[in-house]
Formats: sequence, structure tokens, C-alpha cells
Amino acid sequence: MSVDVLDPPAGAPASAAGPPVPAARRRAAARSRSLARTARRLSGLVIVLAAWQAGASAGLLGSTTPSPAQVVAAAGRLVESGELAANLGVSLLRVLKGLAIGLSAGLVLGLAAGLARLGEDLVDAPVQAVRMLPHLALVPLFIIWFGIGETSKVSLIAVGVVFPLYINVFHGIRGVDERLVESARSCGVGRFGLITKVVLPGALPQILVGLRQALGVAWLSLVVAEQSATSAGIGYLINQATQFMRTDEVFVVLVVYALLGLATDLLVRAVERRALAWRRGLVAR
Amino acid sequence: MTVTLHEGVRVRGLSRSFGDRTVLDRVDLDIAPGEFVALLGASGSGKSTLLRALGGLDPQAGGDLGLPDRKAVVYQEHRLLPWARVWKNVVLGVKGPDLKARAVAALTEVGLKDRAEAWPLTLSGGESQRVALARALVRTPQLLLLDEPFGALDALTRMKAQELVADLWAEHRPAVLLVTHDVEEALLLADRALLLADGRLAEEITVDLPRPRALDHPDFVALRRRLLSGLGVEKENR
Repeated sequence: MSVDVLDPPAGAPASAAGPPVPAARRRAAARSRSLARTARRLSGLVIVLAAWQAGASAGLLGSTTPSPAQVVAAAGRLVESGELAANLGVSLLRVLKGLAIGLSAGLVLGLAAGLARLGEDLVDAPVQAVRMLPHLALVPLFIIWFGIGETSKVSLIAVGVVFPLYINVFHGIRGVDERLVESARSCGVGRFGLITKVVLPGALPQILVGLRQALGVAWLSLVVAEQSATSAGIGYLINQATQFMRTDEVFVVLVVYALLGLATDLLVRAVERRALAWRRGLVAR
Repeated sequence: MTVTLHEGVRVRGLSRSFGDRTVLDRVDLDIAPGEFVALLGASGSGKSTLLRALGGLDPQAGGDLGLPDRKAVVYQEHRLLPWARVWKNVVLGVKGPDLKARAVAALTEVGLKDRAEAWPLTLSGGESQRVALARALVRTPQLLLLDEPFGALDALTRMKAQELVADLWAEHRPAVLLVTHDVEEALLLADRALLLADGRLAEEITVDLPRPRALDHPDFVALRRRLLSGLGVEKENR
């Protein structure tokens, strides 16, 4: 997805200036270029890992930093014993419940505020006011209100994801080109059609940005929610590991957090590629 | 008050103001069925306001509007929905069977049959404008409203698009109101040119020239001079 702004599009000037190159050869060249690119990107990661391994083996990183090999071994143990899967399952369920509640609320509020003036007047001011409060500060209150069980954890995640989605749905809808709405109306499209054919597709790119932000907030909320009073979940895993000074297991859980974030980001990107296929017209014909 | 006429346009006392500024001041306008009328005027003279009122896009316009049932508007920007395929844009808001076939038929008329499945963002400016024309055509309008439809095109593409509009008009004969600031465009296409100034139709010029029209025809040159002076452009400058 990253494009080097300063470089001209790969291949374009060369083939424009030189003699025409057969399509098959051009494709092969493009393929080998993209392979080289992937290798170049991976090499940075490999260098970091190698330096880490060398530093840990040489004892330069102190006794509390495990080497990558030790982390992998710890991961293997946690997977084998089933501990990782069981706790991951608990955490995923919390996130899914929180997302289900929070995303629906964010979407409904955003649609209400974006589509109707009355909705905006009723919804926007209170939501904006509450948004100023960092939702993680609600942890103590939620523990008092909902106890230390699942409810307070799921609530924290739900509250966290409402706002990024709400704001992006609202602004996405308001950002739709008024002229497109007018021209669709003059084409005889009714009120419902305007919403489904013009407003929502027009707001979709922004809504998906909101979804991405919301998923990031969900993982962050999970980390915080599982830090206190937990008896299951990957947060519990990391707490246990900390108590027994098992830094290798701490690292495993950190890597799991990173992978979870990466996985959800890839998921949203895949959705974007499908749902926003019309925008690819801008890049490749 | 808006009345549905079966043919042509009959407007009486059309007024519209924005705040204290009166843009249209009791304008009367008739367009016969199948007549091509060009509306000229300086920037901000209210040309587009008049067109929007005829398109039914301005609920605050006052006056008696007698308009045909089927109207279509083409704007300066193509206003295609970028997230809908070209053919879906063409039949946007149209109901009935065989929508795709009707869309493709309209696209064929503007020479874009092959782009029916394309995304609008992959089209050039001229192609997008032709799709917008197809979108108007598919509605078989009795009144076609063109709001500077060629204003954003380069000179060469504009000439081709003007030719296309002339052909389509000759073929389908809707009543046309073309809003433009281009005197030559008005004289090439229209039966009648109207000048809008100070909220009123200040001048009316019948363009009685054989079609297709040549820019160097002596009558054409004379009409052009008359229109330009009506627009307040000094003859010596042109």
C-alpha cells in the first residue's frame, strides 16, 4: 500500500522512453521487482531479530530479556499446554461482545446524527461531551457498578469503540458531496434511495476508517480491562508471567497482542478492497 | 405554483432572491416543444438559478411554472456516483424492466457502449460528460436542462460534445434550455438566444441560420457581435 511519493511510478518512464517491451516480459519483470521488494522489506525485520538474538546470547541485554529463540520456545510450551488457546478464546469473546455492542451503538448514533437534523441536535452534543473523557478512566467506576466480572470488561470495550465509529459515521455522512445528492434527486431517486445509493456509499470510506480506529481502541481497552481482577484471558496470562518473572512468556503475550492488531487491520483492509473497489480506478485501470 | 404541462415550458413571474439580493425578478419564459433555447448572461446573473428552478431543484423559487413531466438535467460537472458502475449511473432513479438494456442503448447513442461496466473514475472528462448525457437521454425527457455542460472540457472535446448534443437533439427533439456563457456555443446550437441581465430577460435573439452552422458565416458574425455587446463586452476588444 505504501507508495514512494518521490519516485516515479515503477517502470512507467522507462517503458515510455525506450522501445516497447512485450507484455509478458513486462509482467515477469514486475513480478521479480515485487519479489525483490518483499525480500528487501523482510531483511529489515531479519536484521533486528538477528541483532536481538546476538545481543541476548552475548548477555548484553541483561538477565530479564529473553532471546527470540527463548520466546519461541515459551510460545511452543503455551500452545502445547493449551493455556494460550483457552485464554485467547476468553479474551476474543470479550472483545467480540464489546465490539458487537459498541459498534452497533456507534453506528446507530452516527446514522441518527448524520441523517437527521433532529438526531444531530439530540445526539451530537452529549456524545461530544462524553467523548472528551478518556474512557479508560472509567475502569474504577465500572468495577463499582458492574463488579469485577465480565460485565465491567465488556462494558469498557463497548464504551471505547462507540466514539471513533460515531464520529467517522457522522462526518462521513456530512462529507458526502451535496451536488451528488442533488443530481440523484433530480434523477428521481427517493429519500430511501438517496440514503442507500448515495449517502451511505459516499460515507463508507470514512466509516471504514472509523472501524479501523474502533478495532484499535478495542484491543487497547482489552489490555486495560484485563489488567486487574482477572482469572482468565491473555491479560491474566501476562499477569501470571510477571509474578513468576517469566519474561519469555510476557514477550509471547506481547507478540500475540501485536498479531491480533495486525490481523484485524488486515481484515478491515480486505473489506476495504472489496467494498471500495471503485476507488482502485484512481490507481490502476 | 408548479403545473404539469404535457409539452413545452411556460413560466410566468418567476422570482428568486437570496437575502436582499433579487436574482430573478418576475421572469417570463416560454419554450416550445422541441425548441432549443440558449440562456446567456454574465457570471452571477442568475442563469443557473433559473435552470435550477425549471428543474424543480429550488423549492423557494416563486412564480407560475408550467413544466413538462419528464425533465433531465446535465450539469457542468458530470456528477456521476463514483461507486456505481457507468450503466447503473445511467439508469439511476429509473424504474422498470430491462434497465441494463436501456442503459446500454443510451450509452450506445453517446458512443460509450463498451464502458457500461467501467467505474466512473476511470473515464476521461469528455467521457464522463457523455455518460451524463446518456443519463439524461434514458429518461426520454421532454425538457432537457443543460447547465454549462461543456464548461469544464478542453476546446477539442467541447467541440465534439457540442456536435453530439446537436445530433441527439435532432434525433429526439426535446425542448432544451442551455445555460452557457459561450456566445459561439449558443449560436451554434440554439434556435433562440436569451440574455439575462439584472434579473430580467433583457434581450431575445432569434438565430435563424441553417444547420450545421459555420462560425464564419456573415450572419453568424453579426449575431455574435450583437450578443457580445448585449453582454457588455466592447466590440473593439474581441
